[in-house]
Amino acid sequence: MGVRRKMALRFDLIIFTILLFASPVLSDLILSKVDRRIDLTSQIVRITSTLKVENEGSEPVSEVLLAFPDLQVKDLALLKASPHEGKGKVKSLSASLPVENVKPNGMPAALTFYAVKLPKALGKGDSYTFDVLAVFAHALRPFPEKITQADIQLVVFQESAFYLTPYVVKVQSLSVKLPESRIESYTKLENTKIHGSEIKYGPYENLPSFSYSPIVVHFESNQPFAVGQEVVREIEISHWGNVQVTEHYKLVHGGAQNKGEFSRLDYQARPTIRGASAFKYLIAKMPPRVHSVYYRDEIGNISTSNLWGDSKKTELLIEPRYPLFGGWRTAFTIGYGLPLKDFLFELEGNRFLNITFGSPMNELVIDNLIVKVVLPEGSGDISVSAPFPVNQWEETKLSHLDLTGRPVVVLQKTNVVPEHNQFFQVYYKFSKLSMLREPFMLIFGFFSLFVAGIVYMHVDMSISKSSAAYLARLQWDEVQAAIQQVENVINRCLTTHDKLEASLRDLSRTGDVQACKAARKAADGLLKELSKELKLVLSFLQSSSAASQILPKVEELVAKEKDLQEKVMAKHSTVVDCYEKKTGIRDSENRVAAQQQKITALRQEVENLLELIDEI
Amino acid sequence: MVGKTESQNGAVKATAAPAMNLESDLFSNFSFKSFKLKTKQQELLLRVSILGLVYILAFITRLFSVLRYESMIHEFDPYFNYRTTLFLTEKGFYEFWNWFDSESWYPLGRIIGGTLYPGLMVTAAFIYWTLRFLRFAVHIREVCVLTAPFFASNTTVVAYFFGKEIWDSGAGLVAAAFIAICPGYISRSVAGSYDNEGVAIFALLLTFYLFVKAVNTGSLAWALASAFGYFYMVSAWGGYVFIINLIPLYVLVLLITGRYSMRLYVAYNCMYVLGMLLAMQIRFVGFQHVQSGEHMAAMGVFFLMQVFYFLDWVKYMLSDTKLFQAFLRITVTSAIAVGALALGVGTASGYISPWTGRFYSLLDPTYAKDNIPIIASVSEHQPTAWSSFMFDFHILLFLFPAGLYFCFKKLSDATIFIVMYGLTSMYFAGVMVRLILVATPAVCLISAIAVSATIKNLTSLLRTKSKTAVAGSSKGTGGSKASSKASFDQSQPFQKNGAIALLLGAFYLLSKYATHCTWVTSEAYSSPSIVLAARGAHGNRVIFDDYREAYFWLRQNTPPDAKVMSWWDYGYQITAMGNRTVIVDNNTWNNTHIATVGRAMSSYEDEAYEIMRSLDVDYVLVVFGGVTGYSSDDINKFLWMVRIGGGVFPVIKEPDYLVNGDYRVDKGAAPKMLNCLMYKLSYYRFGELVTEYGKPPGYDRARGVEIGNKDIKLEHLEEAFTTSNWIVRIYKVKPPNNRW
Repeated sequence: MGVRRKMALRFDLIIFTILLFASPVLSDLILSKVDRRIDLTSQIVRITSTLKVENEGSEPVSEVLLAFPDLQVKDLALLKASPHEGKGKVKSLSASLPVENVKPNGMPAALTFYAVKLPKALGKGDSYTFDVLAVFAHALRPFPEKITQADIQLVVFQESAFYLTPYVVKVQSLSVKLPESRIESYTKLENTKIHGSEIKYGPYENLPSFSYSPIVVHFESNQPFAVGQEVVREIEISHWGNVQVTEHYKLVHGGAQNKGEFSRLDYQARPTIRGASAFKYLIAKMPPRVHSVYYRDEIGNISTSNLWGDSKKTELLIEPRYPLFGGWRTAFTIGYGLPLKDFLFELEGNRFLNITFGSPMNELVIDNLIVKVVLPEGSGDISVSAPFPVNQWEETKLSHLDLTGRPVVVLQKTNVVPEHNQFFQVYYKFSKLSMLREPFMLIFGFFSLFVAGIVYMHVDMSISKSSAAYLARLQWDEVQAAIQQVENVINRCLTTHDKLEASLRDLSRTGDVQACKAARKAADGLLKELSKELKLVLSFLQSSSAASQILPKVEELVAKEKDLQEKVMAKHSTVVDCYEKKTGIRDSENRVAAQQQKITALRQEVENLLELIDEI
Repeated sequence: MVGKTESQNGAVKATAAPAMNLESDLFSNFSFKSFKLKTKQQELLLRVSILGLVYILAFITRLFSVLRYESMIHEFDPYFNYRTTLFLTEKGFYEFWNWFDSESWYPLGRIIGGTLYPGLMVTAAFIYWTLRFLRFAVHIREVCVLTAPFFASNTTVVAYFFGKEIWDSGAGLVAAAFIAICPGYISRSVAGSYDNEGVAIFALLLTFYLFVKAVNTGSLAWALASAFGYFYMVSAWGGYVFIINLIPLYVLVLLITGRYSMRLYVAYNCMYVLGMLLAMQIRFVGFQHVQSGEHMAAMGVFFLMQVFYFLDWVKYMLSDTKLFQAFLRITVTSAIAVGALALGVGTASGYISPWTGRFYSLLDPTYAKDNIPIIASVSEHQPTAWSSFMFDFHILLFLFPAGLYFCFKKLSDATIFIVMYGLTSMYFAGVMVRLILVATPAVCLISAIAVSATIKNLTSLLRTKSKTAVAGSSKGTGGSKASSKASFDQSQPFQKNGAIALLLGAFYLLSKYATHCTWVTSEAYSSPSIVLAARGAHGNRVIFDDYREAYFWLRQNTPPDAKVMSWWDYGYQITAMGNRTVIVDNNTWNNTHIATVGRAMSSYEDEAYEIMRSLDVDYVLVVFGGVTGYSSDDINKFLWMVRIGGGVFPVIKEPDYLVNGDYRVDKGAAPKMLNCLMYKLSYYRFGELVTEYGKPPGYDRARGVEIGNKDIKLEHLEEAFTTSNWIVRIYKVKPPNNRW
């Protein structure tokens, strides 16, 4: 306790020495009412101040100065002013008042000033009420700094009971809201009331400018002190309908350091007592219609996560691989896809992406946030509009099927709190035709692969054109072609035979002898031609040395075929004869039957031979 | 009368026929004939499409592990391979080749470039770089995970060509289909099993195929190709020793059986000389080809070939057979004498190193148990049980002898090779479980020959008959048809039906094989063993991800230079996933160092503390299955630690840890057991935990007993982390107390 007091005292001394040099009020503004609420329920400190300014001077004033000690400014993550509406609620950002860092003359050096521009200048006697929201990260200091697994986590918060301002304050009050009613200690001033988990200071009246009265609150806070030391969000736009978000987290428990043993037994048996300071899970609020969510780290998938949602939002609960005690680290990656049409819009030929800046995690402080927006390859005219100042530069990223790389807009910001989860816009130009490039590249790739295959099959790649093996292969190819031809011819002969048979059947049905004769004539002519062809090929085969093995078979085939041809002709003639001589059908049947049997057998043999040759 | 009815029938038919006839004529004339591919082309198309399907099947059946779990690296050794591949892709080949790894074997370190087979890593990196070049932005992990399935697919293609070379293309196709889904191979090549064996089996089969092709053709080009195949194999896996011994053995058998030919001479000499020179480029192998006992057989056969060639020449020059006989005797005697002398001198002078223990343990299954506990302690080095043969081969086990029969029936250089490969690898598969993998290609090929030959015989039987029947019915009128059919049926009674029945039987067996393979793959061989899965009480799947929990904790929450002591099984995983320095790991190159760790684990805490201090140990990691019933934990491996530790440090005596030869952890356990470091670390505060309803606290579910020492106090260590299911427990070694 003593140590803490001493520290607080030293801090105050610095402030007071500064105040000695403070110059008097610079304008005639006074704050007629200041109402401050400090929210300490999470690791992020939010101070909402409702200020009522009044101009007592004669000149119109349009700027109000806000003062913060430099020590606080280092943790200041966000400062926002907005017109006061109703019951002390901070309204939408569209109505916010512009705030900028200024360095007015003659002010104490250890203070940083921000000027709030009022919507209209205040005339004499006019008043205006507005809210100021200041969000601090790391403003809570764990004390003691090292605790064991069984200890609860205590933190210290320091502020001034009086509103630090260059103006005179008429009436002011302060309320500090704590997560739990268990308070180790707090500074007691006059008019201090404690109300459950809320401490109230004030009201105090008529305090001069730069009044300062330090207060210290030491209380229990077992809220997750999740600090993202570095978070990289990568937002990749695909014009095929998807916005892919990948977020890499490096988390640390920013609270009191864990010392001594970690006992799983104790933690398992009584997690709320023996592990009160640890946090087990994080919740991310994601846009609706989020899909393909994954959660993994460097060494693989983490199976402890849960996703649920409705049409308005999606919530993802992720558990790190182990509970995080003070000072323990973890790192992981989550990724999800979003429908493109919810986030990408077109405006006067420009496209723009409209998506939130910060991480979707609840109550996460991020020391260093890097947002990368990966635009499709071929985008140009890139510009960014962000609601708050960020560092910005460009990179390129090589991804699937990229030739030149995709342009990447990188935005970097330190000290990011959930309040930074605002929409920002990236404008760029992109022609629809560029979308087709990647499919065409793929098509071309496969096409050239097949062309290469065809070329390879058709190009003679042998080096020595005169080697024996090469010549033999050429010869063999020729022989094969010739045999193919033989087979062809024989097949055609067989079809002709079939046609003759068909004509016979027609004859038996219609009795049209003339038609049958005509068919016979045609077949005769055809067969003659075919036999000529066959002779040609056969003579080639006989001359070729490579064909010596297969030749006897081929010759046998040709002979058999010739035999078959004769038999078929004979049968044809007999039947036609029978019809011409009007001998009974029955008679012809009897005469033909013997021939038919032979024909069938021969045909069978020919077909067998054909198959045999084919197999060789 | 008979004739009359027939003719009437014919007339009726004839009236119905014309329309049909016309149609069929059209069909046969235009569409069918013109579009019908030639039989050759048809066959080619079929073959290519079957092979393509088999290729895809081999790949996708190995993706069960990705479906069931995730795209991750499995088991132990693959993590080392993954880590080195990562290093290779990040730092380049030269850095990789000269990498001295100080993160393992602390404080000795390990020269990675000189003590690994780089084939796998270089292959994966090459695939990665190629894909990157083609603008596919893949992650190296995905490449590593899919390397084994990809190479399994390639193996099927090699198996096809090999089968074609040995028997015919039908056998090749069947072999490809067999090997694509054979569990014996799948066990080592599922997605994520990023191990040397994944590419090595491909390299092994490729080398054999190219060598057989070289022997069959006598072509220098094929021999050269097989030398390069051998080079790839040497770069990928220590199992190359099998090749360099099997091929000389095969050549020797050919020489003895009088099958010596110029083809063989060309193939072997080219393959041996070039293969040896290429293999020397791998630093881990170096000069072993000329200096180590395991490689001497190849050299001996090489010189024998020269003697043979010389004799052949002399025989050609000498016309007198008697003279030649005398000359032969002298030459052979002197050649053998010189060889034996050279071997003797080489061994005696230490130039030729004797056979290593691993080699001995391959030839003699009992050797390792008596002499090298570190080899015997590995579960995959145990002799194979019959059930695992059945599990891994299924019907192939029965088809294998049948295939051998077919091979012997049609002996050729190629079939002799496959028979020898099959028989030797079967022997080795019996010696060690993991060598089932080496036998698998041979078993698949030989079984494929059996299946292919049988089915071919049966179908040719069926086809000749059915064709005549069809021909008869299509052409002949009723009478001739009946007669022709009758004549065929009479000649071979029941043959057709028998063939059909046999074909159906074969089909049934093969489909059983396919279902068995799929089942085994999905149930048994797709577990990454890093993530454990169990069925919950309601049939839901419970995931135990404790290993990664612990490793990630180490990675994030310990100092980057922390040294972790654990049993060597977890070394690779700790370095790869935990990114921390380990004392010993799965590369068991230094037995003493492992024995030191074993000694620390089996000593009392004070003594162990001294050892740990001397090794700069910051954290101790133990694996404990008492809460979940996970049986392959450190307590069950503990006796091996005692044995290996005791093998080097006689202070550790196995009987001290046993009670009447029984290994117990309950009240009746030996006092030394109850107070040794491993026991304390495993059971620290376990005595307070109720693991099972109705059982006393401290009930060990893995061993089914209540532990004997529930009041464990740690003096020099403190619990740093225990995973959610207690599977991994990490302790921090406290700094020594101030002396005053």
